[in-house]
Amino acid sequence: MPFGNTHNNFKLNYKVEDEFPDLSKHNNHMAKVLTKELYGKIRDRQTPSGYTLDDVIQTGVDNPGHPFIMTVGCVAGDEESYEVFKDLLDPIISDRHGGYKPTDKHVTDLNFENLKGGDDLDPAYVLSSRVRTGRSIKGFTLPPHNSRGERRGIEKLSVEALTSLDGEFKGKYYPLKSMTDAEQDQLINDHFLFDKPVSPLLTCAGMARDWPDGRGIMHNDNKTFLVWVNEEDHLRVISMQQGGNMREVFKRFCVGLKKIEEIFKKHGHGFMWNEHLGYILTCPSNLGTGLRGGVHVKLPKLSVHAKFDEILSRLRLQKRGTGGVDTASVGGVFDISNADRLGSSEVAQVQLVVDGVKLMVEMEKKLEKGEAIDSMIPAQK
Amino acid sequence: MANSFTRMISGRNTAVILASVGAGSLTSGYLLCDSTADAAERRKLYPPSADFPDLRKHNNCMAAALTPTIYGHLRDKTTSNEWTVDQCIQTGVDNPGHPFIKTVGMVAGDEESYELFAELFDPVIKDRHNGYDPRTMKHPTDLDSSKITSGMFDERYVLSSRVRTGRSIRGLSLPPACSRSERREVERVCVTALSGLKGDLAGRYYSLGDMSDREQQHLIDEHLLFDKPVSPLLTASGMARDWPDARGIWHNNEKNFLLWLNEEDHTRIISMEKGGNMKRVFERFCRGLKQVEHLIQERGWEFMWNDRLGYILTCPSNLGTGLRAGVHVRLPMLSRDPRFKKILENLRLQKRGTGGVDTAATGDTVDISNHDRLGKSEVELVQLVVDGVNYLIECEKRLERGQDIKIPSPIPQFRK
Repeated sequence: MPFGNTHNNFKLNYKVEDEFPDLSKHNNHMAKVLTKELYGKIRDRQTPSGYTLDDVIQTGVDNPGHPFIMTVGCVAGDEESYEVFKDLLDPIISDRHGGYKPTDKHVTDLNFENLKGGDDLDPAYVLSSRVRTGRSIKGFTLPPHNSRGERRGIEKLSVEALTSLDGEFKGKYYPLKSMTDAEQDQLINDHFLFDKPVSPLLTCAGMARDWPDGRGIMHNDNKTFLVWVNEEDHLRVISMQQGGNMREVFKRFCVGLKKIEEIFKKHGHGFMWNEHLGYILTCPSNLGTGLRGGVHVKLPKLSVHAKFDEILSRLRLQKRGTGGVDTASVGGVFDISNADRLGSSEVAQVQLVVDGVKLMVEMEKKLEKGEAIDSMIPAQK
Repeated sequence: MANSFTRMISGRNTAVILASVGAGSLTSGYLLCDSTADAAERRKLYPPSADFPDLRKHNNCMAAALTPTIYGHLRDKTTSNEWTVDQCIQTGVDNPGHPFIKTVGMVAGDEESYELFAELFDPVIKDRHNGYDPRTMKHPTDLDSSKITSGMFDERYVLSSRVRTGRSIRGLSLPPACSRSERREVERVCVTALSGLKGDLAGRYYSLGDMSDREQQHLIDEHLLFDKPVSPLLTASGMARDWPDARGIWHNNEKNFLLWLNEEDHTRIISMEKGGNMKRVFERFCRGLKQVEHLIQERGWEFMWNDRLGYILTCPSNLGTGLRAGVHVRLPMLSRDPRFKKILENLRLQKRGTGGVDTAATGDTVDISNHDRLGKSEVELVQLVVDGVNYLIECEKRLERGQDIKIPSPIPQFRK
């Protein structure tokens, strides 16, 4: 529990209508689903580690809305949250993940060989390629809820696992709290260093507690494989490089992930996963693959075309500014990535990015020549 | 206890009775059945040493006082509202230091915190309040404004005068800990009481959530509106949860007596006006406070207070009187004099920028107020500000005339 009177039993002495949050001005997934009746029904529950309904929703109560994104408005505190509060989380998951049902099964596919193409995106347009995901370590509670002892336990295990990697994954771990100025400058210049979260979406959920205790970054010597420890999730795993060879990026991603998973399993702490929700992460928006595969791509003409958003939507892609979520595009360069996380596999999602970006680059080239692109607009994927 | 009994017979709601007699822990024992085993297991897996915060780079009162031994004694205790020491110290762990002030680094979640976690609160209180020892000393409360002398400042120097304090409603958790219903109860209790104020104190309440844009702009223009806390010192302690639910501002028609509800404390009470009539500001302050207290007592409520810590507020720095009496005063020459700092120190005064804490002084005008809160009464502190500011103005006048000034001898800290 981050703060507040989050241990329920005292609050249960008060009536539901007195405790129910005022969500009248709110616009997030949680606010759409949580009624007073539902609140009354599940407010006396808690997970074995003591995470409560109010803990789950606090971030959504404190953050009524976001100008660009329909936010989720809730987080999980541990693996069991998704079970104990399924009455709230299942409808939210369904809303967020295109109608995903409580009975649906999620397929995991990290066989990079199943990806078709992806090595020929035009580097004159595609400036960089990146795939990221998150992993949670079984047996520990999640960032909104974990104690300092647990967070340090996660870091210890992670460091052991990550520093034992070899070959192209061989690298070094930099704990945030003992980083030298020189190391910090280098990591900033490489665009690797993550900052203490300032977004209220994250801080209100309690993820930034005790910063920078237990947080750190590992990267390989080539600077193409990077792991964040104890930021928004236990682990964020990132594979990236300049240019458009998404195939290579994805291969490194899959191979690296498998190696890391093996090491954690050997210590009796595999990753949190189940066949309904796939990989379990802090934010329900990242369930399933937790994967965001994307490129920075120059689309100055296409991005101002009337049908740009429609094209993205049909391709099941999403645009962001080059600073990541919550930023605007600079110089016609966009961050284009998969919109889906749950209900399709890693390979399938990266395939959508590869095929979709290839098409959009061709559209951009056509627009440069002054030609129309209407015939190229795809059907809904 | 006499208090809870009185509330019972005047029809207090069940929750408050349960809370005040500590029945929370009985019900929690019953409902926690599954989790008790898990909680015990987790405690074994993670002894206090695993959770002890890394405070090596920290510079606040909590970090100076907290040892692994103390943490080991306190970690697994909970108040009857189930508030823990980790929750008290979270803000101090998350905020290692402040450039201008040595911050306290911990807050209370309820009245009981100061007792249950005394092993940590006491040394922090001692550190912050000049050696005041809650185990052996008594705090005097005195709200008789008639005792103030020379309380009218030279208005060529003093631009405005202000007195503020805070009050907590006994039986309800404090802002870091309170649930939504408790916070709404604070609002209900206070708004009902305030509607009973008459004469020059009569006014109205503006709920932050229901405020129209026009009302909001109006209150901002008048410098009356408080913002959602953004300082990480406050947000890290959980005080900003559920904003703006049950937050609001009440002010009288003259706009010189106002209350903030559910900001950093249950209530903050402010009396202010332009000019230098500190005596009148304090008189209205005391009168208003007494009336509000009387009005809540009629309904069976009371303020949190005891004779060791005075008025109980969220931050240990505000214990005792919770009182900050200050002026905005023009001291162009004195504020640049190298002796200014020492003069203030000996007069037990503190300077801030005209934007309040965490701001720098602009131009020649500074905010001067009492440094201390605990161990001296309200009357003593206001008199200290009155005498001190008069002294500062004298110094300024002397410097204007090309005369020399003297550093006054230090004021003794506690009443013998």
